[in-house]
Amino acid sequence: MSQLELKRNKALEARFVADEDVLKHISDNGGVKVRKDRAQLELNIKRFVKKLENISDDDEAQEILEEQNYVAVLGACAEASELAQTPGKNVTFESSQYPEKPASTPKSSKKYSASNKAELKSKKNEFVSTTPYRLRKRLTAPSLRSDSESDYSASCSEEEEEDKDHKETSDVILDQKTPSKTRAAPASKKTPAKKLKEEMTSNLVEEYFEAHSSSKVRTSDRTLQKLQKRKLDQQTLLVLLNKAPPAFTAELKELNQQHESLFSKWMLQLHLGFSIVLYGLGSKRDLLEKFRTSLLQDSVHLVVNGFFPSITVRSILNSITEEVLDHMGTFRSPLDQLDLIMKRFKEDSSLELYLLIHNLDSKMLRGDKSQQILAQLASLPNIHLIASIDHINAPLMWDQAKQSLYNWLWYETTTFSPYLEETSYENSLLVQQSGSLALSSLTHVLHSLTPNARGIFRLLARYHLENKDNPSYPGLSFQDFYQRCREAFLVNSELTLRAQLTEFRDHKLIRTKRGTDGVEYLLIPVDNGTLTDFLEKEDEDI
Amino acid sequence: MSTSSVSKGCFVFKPGSKKRRISSPTADYFSQGKNDSEDSGLRFATCQLLWKQINSETEKIQEELNKQLFDNLIHFLRQSHSELQTKKTEWMCRMKSSEIPTAALVLGVNVTDHDMTFKSLSEVLQDNVTPYVVSLQAKECPGIKHLLQKLMGQLMDCNVDVDSSEEEECVNISQKKIRCSMASLSKWYESVTKKTDSETPSKKRTSSSRHWQSPPIVVIFKDMESFTTKVLQDFIVISSQHIREFPLVLIFGIATSPMIIHRLLPHSVSSLLCIELFQSLSCKEHLATVIDKLLLTTQFPFKLSEKVLQVLINIFLYHDFSVQNFIKGFQLSIVEHFYSQPLSVLCCQLLEAKKRVNSLSHNQCENIRSLPSFRRYVESQVSEKQIALLTEDSFLKEVTQTLLEDLHIYHENYFTVLRCLHVFTTSLPKYPLGKQIRELHCACLGKSVWETEEYESAIQLLRMLAKDELVAILQKCAEIFISSSGKQFSNTVEKLEEFLARFQNLEAETSEVQDVSVSSQKELQKTTDLYHLQKTLLALKESKRSKKLTKFEMLRFEVVDFIDSLVRSYLAPAEMQTLNEVVYFNTANTLREHLNAAPRIALHTALNNPYCYLKNQTLKSDVGCISNTAPDICIVYKLHLECGRLINLVDWLEAFSTVVTAVEGTDPDAVATDQVDEIIHARFIRAVSELELLGFIKPSKQKTDHVARLTWGGC
Repeated sequence: MSQLELKRNKALEARFVADEDVLKHISDNGGVKVRKDRAQLELNIKRFVKKLENISDDDEAQEILEEQNYVAVLGACAEASELAQTPGKNVTFESSQYPEKPASTPKSSKKYSASNKAELKSKKNEFVSTTPYRLRKRLTAPSLRSDSESDYSASCSEEEEEDKDHKETSDVILDQKTPSKTRAAPASKKTPAKKLKEEMTSNLVEEYFEAHSSSKVRTSDRTLQKLQKRKLDQQTLLVLLNKAPPAFTAELKELNQQHESLFSKWMLQLHLGFSIVLYGLGSKRDLLEKFRTSLLQDSVHLVVNGFFPSITVRSILNSITEEVLDHMGTFRSPLDQLDLIMKRFKEDSSLELYLLIHNLDSKMLRGDKSQQILAQLASLPNIHLIASIDHINAPLMWDQAKQSLYNWLWYETTTFSPYLEETSYENSLLVQQSGSLALSSLTHVLHSLTPNARGIFRLLARYHLENKDNPSYPGLSFQDFYQRCREAFLVNSELTLRAQLTEFRDHKLIRTKRGTDGVEYLLIPVDNGTLTDFLEKEDEDI
Repeated sequence: MSTSSVSKGCFVFKPGSKKRRISSPTADYFSQGKNDSEDSGLRFATCQLLWKQINSETEKIQEELNKQLFDNLIHFLRQSHSELQTKKTEWMCRMKSSEIPTAALVLGVNVTDHDMTFKSLSEVLQDNVTPYVVSLQAKECPGIKHLLQKLMGQLMDCNVDVDSSEEEECVNISQKKIRCSMASLSKWYESVTKKTDSETPSKKRTSSSRHWQSPPIVVIFKDMESFTTKVLQDFIVISSQHIREFPLVLIFGIATSPMIIHRLLPHSVSSLLCIELFQSLSCKEHLATVIDKLLLTTQFPFKLSEKVLQVLINIFLYHDFSVQNFIKGFQLSIVEHFYSQPLSVLCCQLLEAKKRVNSLSHNQCENIRSLPSFRRYVESQVSEKQIALLTEDSFLKEVTQTLLEDLHIYHENYFTVLRCLHVFTTSLPKYPLGKQIRELHCACLGKSVWETEEYESAIQLLRMLAKDELVAILQKCAEIFISSSGKQFSNTVEKLEEFLARFQNLEAETSEVQDVSVSSQKELQKTTDLYHLQKTLLALKESKRSKKLTKFEMLRFEVVDFIDSLVRSYLAPAEMQTLNEVVYFNTANTLREHLNAAPRIALHTALNNPYCYLKNQTLKSDVGCISNTAPDICIVYKLHLECGRLINLVDWLEAFSTVVTAVEGTDPDAVATDQVDEIIHARFIRAVSELELLGFIKPSKQKTDHVARLTWGGC
């Protein structure tokens, strides 16, 4: 409450408004709409009635402001608040930046902003605390965005309009305030008591629950599609990365040398029955490779790339039985195989195997059964295991029993080297890369089909792209599709069309969905960019 | 051959057969690591020998501790068996109700120790009761079929051991083909028992000396809790049907509480069992014995310093309750000590050490001279001796020998007096110096215990002990001193005996005193006048106040002072002893790093504050702001911390490129107009996929081009 008081006092210097009114506004209208506030103001402070009308004009003017300015203003407010956080710094805004603003309004809008402070702050808080850099960027590059659609939206879209409305009005007002005032305290939308509490807790647990408290997440709607160079395939990525100058080579080398001095100690401890696990930021592949090449050349060893997308425990066991033990024959289950391996290693003490596993915590190996089998392998006295883990929750894979089987010794080897190999497989990457694969699979599948079938798919794809801007596009209904195909002389009966569709469905090129009216709708589950590329390519071929 | 491929993930490397080494090269690695490899061969041999001794000692301890439990179990098995033998009818009727005799073995939560217990248990059973012992683990038996397979497999193996060699082949074949069912099991059992019956009497006798005539089949479920209920239920129901055909005994290994049986099995199934409960010894007792036998003894020259011991005990108490892990930590400290301390070559039995001192090289002598404790010692000497110590190797060696002997004597005295003090402190209320001897040991090892507050309060409390207690404690102490090997304690023992004698004498004297008080009480009863009563009461009070310390109290003070003097002279902290570095392992940090690592903290530090690892001045930055020069992944990580549950990739990318381009000092306006630079884009992609690999984010389908954040909170 004291904060509010403080602010109110400050406001009083510049504005002519009764304390009670402001207080009332702040406490009552935490989440109420701007217009309501305005109405109350009109009633209460007669002196400003005329100017308030101006404001309402302003408001309307603001609502039709160009997106560009909106962004600029938003950015300004964010920056103001950031700067305000560092005391002693003052920020002044050139009013020339906002030519639309009538010269007569500032005073009144200041006033207005005071009454809305609680609400404004809540908005501001959300923005600033989540995305200041984003905003900063926008401040420096306002022209980057020229589209006029709403930049921010909640994932629950029904609130979108209202939010936008609020923001636009409030943001314009915000920039008029002196920065020290705007950021006196980061506040929440609710009661002052809560505000204080939230301010004090830097408790990250609460942050978590706050983030998960509502299903609504407010992020910007921009997509990678709007950037032209959105997709890079693996090759170009590598080429580009090679161009990037390496940083801190000297320091990295020193780090690596520190780790390398431990090699013989590792060997000693491996021989004494311990297993070694490496953790820490940075790819440990090169380190382990170096360990392998420098110390293991004369002994039998097995390298397992855990990050390989289709690695399984079975393949590890297979390479042990087939290549190390030279055992021919199949096994009913991995457990049988493990039994044989354990038996052979127990019988023959001269048999020795070094097991190097990169990324023991990879998706394919982290399962309980895989870990159990690997742990049992590691517990054999003549199998020496050295592995690396990267995932933050990797140690949760092991319960007490497994840990004692593994008999780990932990070594921190922070290398800071990039995880090039580990992230090089297509499916381990984010959406940026998935495009090329989908495209190549599309072309591959379609090339093996008849021209008619290709035509069918093209037809669907075109329709799909035509409707790409329609958010409620349910897909093409089967009957409709059949009609179109007939008209294009692609099929002669519903049955043939269905047969073709089965083919597509098997290759996951289309998806069928039953609408609310019971009609079957067809969809292509490939993103629009890839589809466009595909159509372009197809057109070239023809 | 490279180990990266897009088609496979496993690479086997086999060196040519001629290149393959045959001899064990472990010792080589021991010497390779350090440039300071004095006497490494000898050190390694000493280390191995010491570990072997310690390991066998721990096994012995375990065996002794489990003896009671195993005896009980064998008795139980014998009973169920003897019933079968003698009271055939009764057994029959019990079998009719088809109850399986079952031993529920409550072992405690320290799961890692169970394996050893079960191993020795099955050995003991095989030696004493029956060759047919099967131990099953839950992970091997996902279904009833697997369970029976395992059961049969293990039984057949036992069979092979007993059988003559000619049977082996057919058994092997049958094992593969056999249809694993209870019927075949009973058939097998019948054939086996018949065979032993029909064998020659001489052979029969030898076998029956160890086993009984129709030995029971013992099935051990090592981890009862992890078995799926269905498997257990099925097995029990099926085997109860066949219990008439062969004597089956189950042993359940239970980590939690016996209640679990009833939770896992419905009444209809558990009523088929005839359960008897057995409790194994607690892990705390086990640890106490291990510490007592391994650490508080002069038998092994190697010692742990206070901090190291504290680390190991903390891991035990706060993480796993596993004695096995404690011993592992102990092993690691032995290895580390011998690996890192060149003078550890002297860490062996006294006589051997004295011999080794003579053959020390000049470098090793220098090593001795650089020991902090030795330098302290030198400084306390007169100047001529100082010079001699620092210049003459031969003189140094002589002195070292005596110092080592002193150290040995110190330990002998230390442990005796420690035990004695422990007897005193355990009798105190609230245990100011700890209940366990290990706590007392830690307190004494670290610093001068008599300077601590806890010791003060302990002495205060000792001064208030009752006579009976004091006498009992003194007797115990006398026993400890007598049993100790040190000869220098003969005086102490005499003194203690003298104290005990004086306490005896006191008894006679106190009875007289009591007489006086009794008479005064009688007087009290006589006076009926209120005035007189008051007067006598006052007089009594007066006399009490002015009364001098009784003889008992005097004696008690004397005893406590005597103990105090013992503590002060013998329980000096180990760090003060000259040459303690030779036998004490004190780098607790390495131990903690290797045994109880914190990978999350390491990751967070690297991401938040790369300067910790990369000692570059440009990375030095305040908390909370994003350094432009930091590695890409650090920047991306810090940017993602500012986001909520979902992160828009485009915005993230732009923020990243703003931060990165800010470093390069380019005018932001110039860059801003254009699209994001390709290289920066590529760097961003790499950093984001690295974060995904590390588990900070994951792709989200909630919104296009968004990723979900997975972590909240540091570490």
